[in-house]
Amino acid sequence: MSDQHEKPVLSTDQPLQLFEKQKRIFPKRVWGKFRKLKWLAMLITLSIYYLAPFLRYNRGPNAPDQAILIDLADSRAYFFFIEIWPQEVYFLTGILIVAAIGLFFLTSLFGRVWCGYLCFQTVWTDLFVWVERFVQGDRNARLKLAKSKWSLEKARKYLTTHALWLLISLGTGGAWVFYFNDAYVLLDQIFHLDVEPSVMGWIIALTLSTYLMAGFAREQVCTYMCPYARFQSAMFDQDSLVIGYDDRRGETRGKLKKGQDLTKRGHCVDCTACVQVCPMGIDIRDGLQMECIACGLCVDACNSVMDKLSLPHGLIRYDTDRGFREDRPNGSPPSVKPHYLRLRTLWYVGILVSVSVGILYGLLTRSPLDLHVIHDRNPLFVTLSDGTIRNGYDIKILNKTHHDKMYKVTFEGADGITTKVQGVGNYSLIALPVFADSVAHFRVFVMAPAQQNPRTPITVTLTDPFTGLTDHYETIFVSKKYDD
Amino acid sequence: MADKIERDDHSGVETTGHEWDGIKELNNPAPRWWLMVWLVTTIWAIGYWVVYPAWPTLSGEGERGGTVGNSGWTQYTQLEESQAEILQQRAKYLSDFEKASYSEITKNEALYAFGLAGGASAFKDNCATCHGTGGAGAPGYPNLNDDDWIWGGSLDDIEMTIAYGIRADHEETRYNEMPPFDEMLDQNTIEMITDFILSDQPAGAPAYADNCASCHGDTGRGSQEMGGPNLKDVIWLYAGTRADIIAQIKRPKHGMMPAWHSRLDKQTIRQLSLYVHSLGGGEM
Repeated sequence: MSDQHEKPVLSTDQPLQLFEKQKRIFPKRVWGKFRKLKWLAMLITLSIYYLAPFLRYNRGPNAPDQAILIDLADSRAYFFFIEIWPQEVYFLTGILIVAAIGLFFLTSLFGRVWCGYLCFQTVWTDLFVWVERFVQGDRNARLKLAKSKWSLEKARKYLTTHALWLLISLGTGGAWVFYFNDAYVLLDQIFHLDVEPSVMGWIIALTLSTYLMAGFAREQVCTYMCPYARFQSAMFDQDSLVIGYDDRRGETRGKLKKGQDLTKRGHCVDCTACVQVCPMGIDIRDGLQMECIACGLCVDACNSVMDKLSLPHGLIRYDTDRGFREDRPNGSPPSVKPHYLRLRTLWYVGILVSVSVGILYGLLTRSPLDLHVIHDRNPLFVTLSDGTIRNGYDIKILNKTHHDKMYKVTFEGADGITTKVQGVGNYSLIALPVFADSVAHFRVFVMAPAQQNPRTPITVTLTDPFTGLTDHYETIFVSKKYDD
Repeated sequence: MADKIERDDHSGVETTGHEWDGIKELNNPAPRWWLMVWLVTTIWAIGYWVVYPAWPTLSGEGERGGTVGNSGWTQYTQLEESQAEILQQRAKYLSDFEKASYSEITKNEALYAFGLAGGASAFKDNCATCHGTGGAGAPGYPNLNDDDWIWGGSLDDIEMTIAYGIRADHEETRYNEMPPFDEMLDQNTIEMITDFILSDQPAGAPAYADNCASCHGDTGRGSQEMGGPNLKDVIWLYAGTRADIIAQIKRPKHGMMPAWHSRLDKQTIRQLSLYVHSLGGGEM
């Protein structure tokens, strides 16, 4: 396309345009190593997304058996053997750190592979472009169709395309809600159109956003909306892998005249195949650009052209900045190998390993019981008729196991303590019942003679008599006003 | 309007033809979509006037004046509806609560929790003024957390006190009055009684037996039937220094607890009794 690179011209005849209009991009079909990788990545990522909620994992009775489930109603998150309560949301922080550093690590090794192969925006856009091509034909046919006047044929093709897009979007939005509900039950409910408005709302919202983002916004998301594209340069150095055009070898470019000796001129024949296949609508020969998502489709396109001309691959290739700047005979393969082991990469590995070990340690040593104690503030203490001081405490016991339990609670630290549990029945601190997978709340009165220290530190200990596991909570026993 | 369309040299936008001190106004109309949105919202607003209460009037169809839309909806009706909804949710518990005795309630976790919740909120509204938000009282206003009860601390006793008050204007109110002894006893006798109360000095014993034992008991341990406070514990309704006790014997102060019988319904009073009882000092 010759109109791809019009320089903006300031003209006094034209009103000033502050925004560039979106140019529609019609990527051409291409086949090659990177296209194969892209299909494979799409197959894997989409399979995981659509199928993961249907995996089962047996956690025993009193717990859901869905392998990956975020149970908002009961505020629990399940991931295979991992179960997270709201109090443990720091695990989520850890997972997010691992994800972020993992992304940086991947970038430092292979450049923008996330953008090119794994990002959901890329994956769904790619799928949508495939649908477009499946219904309307390849680039030239689509261009022709887009420029043509409205006809029954055009309407039919566009309707089919959009219907298929919406269908994929519906599947995308629909799959999302399965992560928050029992997938099989919900699937049945969806087929009977008997779902809660909130579920319906999410399905509709995600269907529409997929349709909008993958169908219309496409490369605009990467260029204008995505923050990652903007700060990636912070992770780049001369050893980062980028897609580039070898202008030492390619220039001076020009159309191939009959019988011309390609060994005596630039190898770029200006066929624009690399531009036509680019889903971002850029010309890679202009150099490294922020818009480039490093998907490698231009490499595939250029290599297939090089094959036809019996020239070596790699005029456009994945390489490092050092590789592109290397002096070597025209057409010879680059000798500079990327340095994967660099200080930057090792840093990322270090952080990744330490955070992962931290999370793993947290998960493995995660206590199945938890104790919280709140000392009464109003009143801080009560003097009883015989002069004994009484303090009140609200205690919460978290039973994270899937079995009903009886726990023992002891108060230690002040002299002459006696205790009493307020409430229904005759609860005793020796055996406080807490149902499986739930939080129980008890109110405890602690009586003791007035202490030397007006704020005597005391330790509350929660014990599971069967497993011997304990949890402690430090609090105070208040016995006198400070000014007394 | 100028006859000829004139364009601004710099931006290429046409001018309106207006000029002030050499500055020309550019014709940059609001975008069409903006205008459309504005028109649609205007039409929408007119629809609102029809459907919902919109215009204030001095007196009108509306409950507090003003026009009422044809939907009949107002914030007042909405409030009534949501209140009715809460009452309806409560009704299920309330009917069970009404029928249950205190001993049944204290054995039923749901009913007990219902009672405590209702009691806690009623306490803040009605009792906290005198007894404090935590029920810890103040001099002259009993602490409801401790185990010292002048008129009894069982659930029934507490309910009785809340319903009919102390020295209140209700025929069933609990009533007693400590006479002012400054006219009946001399200073020395009063001091001896005080020392007997505070530190068991035997000199004051006969005078105590003659004047105080009828209400406060032979040993000074008080009498809940008479509402005579226990004089042998560390808790004093008014302050407990020697001077305070002498003052109280000479010219006693009397508190008054209003009768809540006619202000709160019976179930609220029962909820309050449960709550006060639960503060830690309740007697079985």
